[in-house]
Amino acid sequence: MALRELKVCLLGDTGVGKSSIVWRFVEDSFDPNINPTIGASFMTKTVQYQNELHKFLIWDTAGQERFRALAPMYYRGSAAAIIVYDITKEETFSTLKNWVKELRQHGPPNIVVAIAGNKCDLNDVREVMEKDAKDYADSIHAVFVETSAKNAININELFIEISRRIPSTDTNPPSSSKGFKLRRQPSVTKPRCC
Amino acid sequence: RAMVFVLSEAGKPIYSRYGNEEALSSTMGVMMALVSFIQSGDNAIRSIYSDDRKLVFVQQGPLVLVSVSRTLQSEQQLRQELLYVYYQILSMLTQVSITRIFERKKNYDLRRLLAGSEKILDRLLNLVESDPGFLLGAVRCLPLPASQRDALGALLQKAITPNLVFSILVAQSQLVTAVQERAVIEECRLEPTDLHLLLNLIGASSAFQAGEIWTPICLPRFNPDGYFYAYISYLDAECTVCLVLLSTDKESFYAVSDCKKRVEEAMRTQGSLQVLSGGLQSPSYSVGQVGVPGYPGELPPAAPVHQRQLSSSPSPELEGPYCSEEEQQRLFDLYHYLHSRIHSTSRPLRLIYHVAEKETLLAWVTSKFELYTCFSPLVTKAGAINVLTKLLRWIKKEEDRLFIRYPPKYSTTPNPGKGTKGGRPDGAENGFFAGL
Repeated sequence: MALRELKVCLLGDTGVGKSSIVWRFVEDSFDPNINPTIGASFMTKTVQYQNELHKFLIWDTAGQERFRALAPMYYRGSAAAIIVYDITKEETFSTLKNWVKELRQHGPPNIVVAIAGNKCDLNDVREVMEKDAKDYADSIHAVFVETSAKNAININELFIEISRRIPSTDTNPPSSSKGFKLRRQPSVTKPRCC
Repeated sequence: RAMVFVLSEAGKPIYSRYGNEEALSSTMGVMMALVSFIQSGDNAIRSIYSDDRKLVFVQQGPLVLVSVSRTLQSEQQLRQELLYVYYQILSMLTQVSITRIFERKKNYDLRRLLAGSEKILDRLLNLVESDPGFLLGAVRCLPLPASQRDALGALLQKAITPNLVFSILVAQSQLVTAVQERAVIEECRLEPTDLHLLLNLIGASSAFQAGEIWTPICLPRFNPDGYFYAYISYLDAECTVCLVLLSTDKESFYAVSDCKKRVEEAMRTQGSLQVLSGGLQSPSYSVGQVGVPGYPGELPPAAPVHQRQLSSSPSPELEGPYCSEEEQQRLFDLYHYLHSRIHSTSRPLRLIYHVAEKETLLAWVTSKFELYTCFSPLVTKAGAINVLTKLLRWIKKEEDRLFIRYPPKYSTTPNPGKGTKGGRPDGAENGFFAGL
């Protein structure tokens, strides 16, 4: 079976649950007292999608402003970006729009953007309406789901949807060696980007 | 415990150890008024003593740090504590960017950039008050037979890649071994302070085994203006053994990650993880091990030991009446007091025998070590000296196991490169704060 490596980065305000989403996806666990990420955390998980194996190379970035300038290092060469906001905090949705703008300007041209409205288990204190977010996502042709890392809602679906949106490699015959090459790509393309 | 505040020169709150900075903004305003009043007379405020508390002020560039304490800690020690806080802030932002930010905007709210780091500073202050290593300027190291420590060092020496400058192996915040790039050590060395800050930063962020962290970090004592890129990864499922690799190249994540794989593999074949977990389970050293006989019913000597040239310190398990947290804190306050007497600027001492209410303490400093011990209140002076002599003899015998004596080195760059600055972390030009 062909193996494809897909670099995915998570962006979004601090405390929206980026690391929790990744923990749920990779380890299927949840820690309510998680500490803020420093810099970025790298993890991988391989899942089967149709007749291919998709190895997600996940960059879970820190949401704090002091790490903001590092983001290009992580989204450069990414096949997809998951931008996360907290449905109970309106301002995290504004931050999300800034990330979309930044990706449009500086991100890879064909990057798949996915929007995740996390903490959907906290419906009582919701500040961002699902419809508003959905409309916005549609307007930028982004994947949209509301997730709950705590209750494991829509986490796997989010990644499956990303797999589905990633252009297939049918045009150039997929091979496992191709998959390995992709991993080295970031360091090769970097000098040209800068 | 001591209250600690950090504010900007414009009087804006940046951090407060207890309470909410907003609610304390008028208090901080008064502090800033005191600072600027003294400053207007071309002077600097250092401290204020009242009946039951001390206020200590430290100004570093555009930041003002204030400590308010009722403990036995000396002004010098409180100043040191504030400097640790300052250095920890530098480890996240660097001196040059803090200066630049406040040059551009005097009333900038630095909390924006420090968001989420309150926990790191809280944890640091708790450590400063409970870990003797901070007081002594030494890093706690894991007692390990020299042959095993050397084997682990050799293993790190082999797993290298260009621009790697420090490889550090840590088990539960205790140093196992640290290997340095040869070109770096000539200019500077890894300071215990920098290691404390690094380990605190790691301890304060969530970790799980599958994740590999890649983050810029400044080692302020090494170079307050530059960033290293730190690769941090745990090697066991319980997240006790941690590998930290510092590189000067921010693009080198995959190469450095590859080094970790090599370390991991070599450790697996050598069974190093079992060695380390064995080392962690056996107590650092217990009084029984020291084998000090002849004092039935008396308090064991509890001694943070520090050998200056090695800058590492094991400290024994606290036993007997020092099992509760309050008692440990009380004992540590007494050590603080002895430390301040020994290091008093006006009347430094080499030996101090102090009879307190519940125990008798003896502290001794030579050019080679610094030793703090605690005995039962009924001990005689001759008896205490006798125990101390035995303890020192035991430490001498065990020093290869207790201390890291000669940190190994490696050479990752055949040509250290860019002139004299070779091996230095990249400075302001790395663009980390270009966006501000």
